[in-house]
This record gives sequence, structure tokens and C-alpha cells, in this order.
Amino acid sequence: MEPVNRMRVEFTSLPANVAFARVAAAAFASQLDFTLNDLEEIKVAVSEAVTNAIVHGYENRSDGTVVMSVEIRKNHLEIVVEDSGKGIEDLEKALQPAYSTDPERMGLGFAFMQSFSDSLRVESSPNAGTRVTMTKACNRAISSRRDTEVPF
Amino acid sequence: MDLQVEIKGGTLLARLAGEIDLAAADTLRSSLENELDRNPGVRHIVVNLGGVKYIDSSGLGVLLGRYRRLSREGGGMFIVGAAPQVRKIFQMSGLLGIMREFSNEAEAMDHAG
Repeated sequence: MEPVNRMRVEFTSLPANVAFARVAAAAFASQLDFTLNDLEEIKVAVSEAVTNAIVHGYENRSDGTVVMSVEIRKNHLEIVVEDSGKGIEDLEKALQPAYSTDPERMGLGFAFMQSFSDSLRVESSPNAGTRVTMTKACNRAISSRRDTEVPF
Repeated sequence: MDLQVEIKGGTLLARLAGEIDLAAADTLRSSLENELDRNPGVRHIVVNLGGVKYIDSSGLGVLLGRYRRLSREGGGMFIVGAAPQVRKIFQMSGLLGIMREFSNEAEAMDHAG
């Protein structure tokens, strides 16, 4: 299905950009008729994906680039978060809830992404990077500008 | 992120506000660790989440780390004031199973004793 609208941003792998990414994604998503609860869930899912890119993909280095693209496709949203970091050696293990390589982290990143989206796909290659794709359906389809225009 | 702390007896009251994500995690972790190091008599932490607008697994990880430190000494962590979206994150993480929730700060402080 062709996207109705799309956006793409790339930013440095800095913790401060986690908030930027979630706010940008939620603001874009609000073109669909998502509930406030849905938008909060989108924020968490995006934050977790971007956090993973920074913490695991780039191992907290600030010289990496994270790319986020968001597409509105009639009645659902597709969010892609990509990094070109170290990738995930064992994807099956990484997707298990509570699995973490860091004792200060809960290992809930993918669990939250899964819970707060309708579908989650993770593609990763060691030393090449990770691409996370999430979709979220909106109960009400987008009203295009044409539909809502009031004739003179 | 904003953190205000008070020590009352053996309890550290931490009033948290703002957004608790990866950008806030290191500051929050070191602030709480410093307070615990400076006040070895503290056995419990009451976290007032009333001002928290957003939290994700980075913030939860920091709290869990401090909970583990306290629980090794027989202490615990209690939470109050979580807004619905914040409470949902705690609930989904399973932390409400180990961090008891109170309806207000006074009750939590009384319980922590």
C-alpha cells in the first residue's frame, strides 16, 4: 500500500535525541486519529528502539547515526528505526523478555516495542546494524485534506 | 528530569519529575547512589512519581538497580503518585510485584517506617 505521508529524520546517537525521536514520531502520527493513549504507546515504542540503537548498536558512542522513518498508510503507521552499529549476534535471545547484557537495564526494550505496536520485525547483521520495523493500526482512517475541505 | 530528595529516618524520599529516559538515567543513577552512599542508614526509598510525565525501560532500570541494592540489606522501594501512563509501564514491567504502591506519600513513608 502506497504511503499517504512519510517523514525521515537522521540524528546523532546521543541520549538527548531519544526524546526528540519520540516526540517527532508522535507528532507525525497524530495526523491519524490515534487516541492519546495510542500516542503515548508510540512514544514508548520509539524510545525503546532508539535507546537500543544508541546503547547496544553504538555501545553508547556518540559518533553514530540513527535513522527514523515514519509512514502513514491510510489506516496505519509504520515506524522504522535503523542503526549502522554492531548488530545483534543472537536475535532470538535478544528478543526474549528480560534478556539484557547490562545489569542496569531491564531487557524490556523489545517487550515494550512488541506490546505497544501491532507488529514488530527486527533485522540485524553483526557489524552492519539493526533495523526495527513496527506498525500500529489506527481505528479510524486518515481524513485527507481533500475530504475535509469546505467549498467556498 | 528533576529530583528532590529528603532523608527521614531510614527512608529516602525521592520526588521525581519530568521525563525519565536514557538522557536522564545516568544523572538519576548517580544522584541516588550518592545519597545512599552518604546516608548508610537508609534502608528504604519512597519514589514519588507525581511529577513524572514519561518513563521507559531506561528509567525503570535505574530504579530496579537501586531496589536491588536496598533489598540485599533487607530494605525496599515504594512508589506513589504514578500517572496512568507511568503506572502502566511499571505494571507491564512487573515492578509492581516487588515495589509496593501507595496512594500518597505519607502512607508510603509510614509504611517504610
